[in-house]
Amino acid sequence: MQVEQRQQEIIEEFGMFSDWMQKYEYIIELGKDLPLIDEQYKVEDNLIKGCQSRVWLHADKSDAGNIVFTADSDAIITKGLVALIVRVLSDLPATDIASANLHFVNELGLNEHLSPTRSNGLASMIKQMKMYGFAYSNQ
Amino acid sequence: MEILQQPEQATLRKEFPILHQSVNGYPLVYFDNAATTQKPLSVIESIHNYYTKQNANIHRGAHHLAHISTVAFEETRSKIKSFLNAAHSEEIIFTSGTTDSINLVAQTWGRKNLNAGDEILLSMLEHHSNIVPWQMIAEEKGAIIKVIPINEAGEWQLDAIDSLLSNRTKIVAVNHVSNALGTINPVKILIDKSHAVGAIILLDGAQAVSHFAVDLQDLDCDFYCFSGHKLYGPTGTGVLYGKQELLEAMPPYRGGGEMIKSVSFEKTTYNELPHKFEAGTPNIGGVIGLGAAISFMQSQDWNQLHRNEKELLDYATSRLLEIEGLKIYGTSKSKVAVISFLIDGVHPYDLGTLLDNQGVAVRTGHHCTEPLWNHFGVVGSVRASFAMYNTEEEIDLFIAALKKSLQLLK
Repeated sequence: MQVEQRQQEIIEEFGMFSDWMQKYEYIIELGKDLPLIDEQYKVEDNLIKGCQSRVWLHADKSDAGNIVFTADSDAIITKGLVALIVRVLSDLPATDIASANLHFVNELGLNEHLSPTRSNGLASMIKQMKMYGFAYSNQ
Repeated sequence: MEILQQPEQATLRKEFPILHQSVNGYPLVYFDNAATTQKPLSVIESIHNYYTKQNANIHRGAHHLAHISTVAFEETRSKIKSFLNAAHSEEIIFTSGTTDSINLVAQTWGRKNLNAGDEILLSMLEHHSNIVPWQMIAEEKGAIIKVIPINEAGEWQLDAIDSLLSNRTKIVAVNHVSNALGTINPVKILIDKSHAVGAIILLDGAQAVSHFAVDLQDLDCDFYCFSGHKLYGPTGTGVLYGKQELLEAMPPYRGGGEMIKSVSFEKTTYNELPHKFEAGTPNIGGVIGLGAAISFMQSQDWNQLHRNEKELLDYATSRLLEIEGLKIYGTSKSKVAVISFLIDGVHPYDLGTLLDNQGVAVRTGHHCTEPLWNHFGVVGSVRASFAMYNTEEEIDLFIAALKKSLQLLK
């Protein structure tokens, strides 16, 4: 399963790091590879509301019928995490996205970024991506 | 690794067990005291003691445990009356916190006294808990909310106040100290001006009571609220002070046991103050813990506390200003030890995350004061807020962690 495979890759990559600074340095670096959302889509409707860092998410259907995500965030760590999640979930069939189990965030010790304190849009974003998965699955 | 400090500080810090832990291998540097303070052993033990030796429902039992619990509970009420120099202990109402207190006033005093076209005066510094309850009652009654503007330093624009007050103003509700910026507001001026136009005034004292003495009779404000958990006491506790005649005239808030005199299906009569506003079984253990917190505060040398606080504020401010591109929000000459800042090109969330990885706990975001940060045109800030147990050594660790974080973020 693609989602699982991609997560394993990421877990392996992070296995290289011994300290938190290296981990975050890498996350920030990964953020630079995030397929950026087009400026025209950076609108209120596409804003995933988090208390602090803002996340914009846009979904498109590819020619192959997969869902492709583009996104952005104004906080660079959030952007890096968004890039990781997009890497795992983007360009996949809708049903795969809807049923994805994202355990890698926990395994990388990044789950405080998913905590329900609303401090970032990450958890909401994953939810939104899955909703796109459900919505497109039924089309 | 323990934080190094002067002997008196060391003794004080020993009173706060939670401070002696590591986060991610780094010593905990807890700088989020404006959000909540840590609790001394005496407070923790009083709650433990309550549940092991005293626990019983209060005000109604005829047995020994009920009696000792009731005494302990009511003792806290009179402690708070003395602590704040209220005229009568009936004027001290226990609530679950400042938010609860403000809602109580908005929903009872507000519902009874506000009419269409009446005005409520707030300020740009307000916490959501002193905005939303007023918005809710204003919408219901057709009242209008006005806002005292602030200057660059984060202080009320005093010359704007007179034009905002009129005989249409029914209530002024403002914070004594700004949680986001640390500004100590010149409340006496506003109290006098409010009364002069026939308005009453509520002060949100959540950020004040742990920093300096508050004398309610001297202030002559009509309502004052604070939260126990920001005063080294337990969460779920708080106080609404109201002038007796005002509280007497207000209808009850929540209905139920305790706040009644007699109940029948034909007619129910309400209890007197303070119990009229204390329906149901209160957070007895919490209130007793709050009593212990008040005693703890009263046992401190407040002159020493003020000196230490000023030193921490000045030291942290000067060290922060070493950092290029750093801007401090809230630069009043009159502040408590709270510093909000932003660094050029750095999102506060990113900085907070990396500080956390180094054991430093600060608050990032809009600090429940969204209108304020919209006013400044920024997403929010990083806020460091100090308490009596914080030290200069911790500030040094904080600055080092900050500089290290900036290596990644800039």
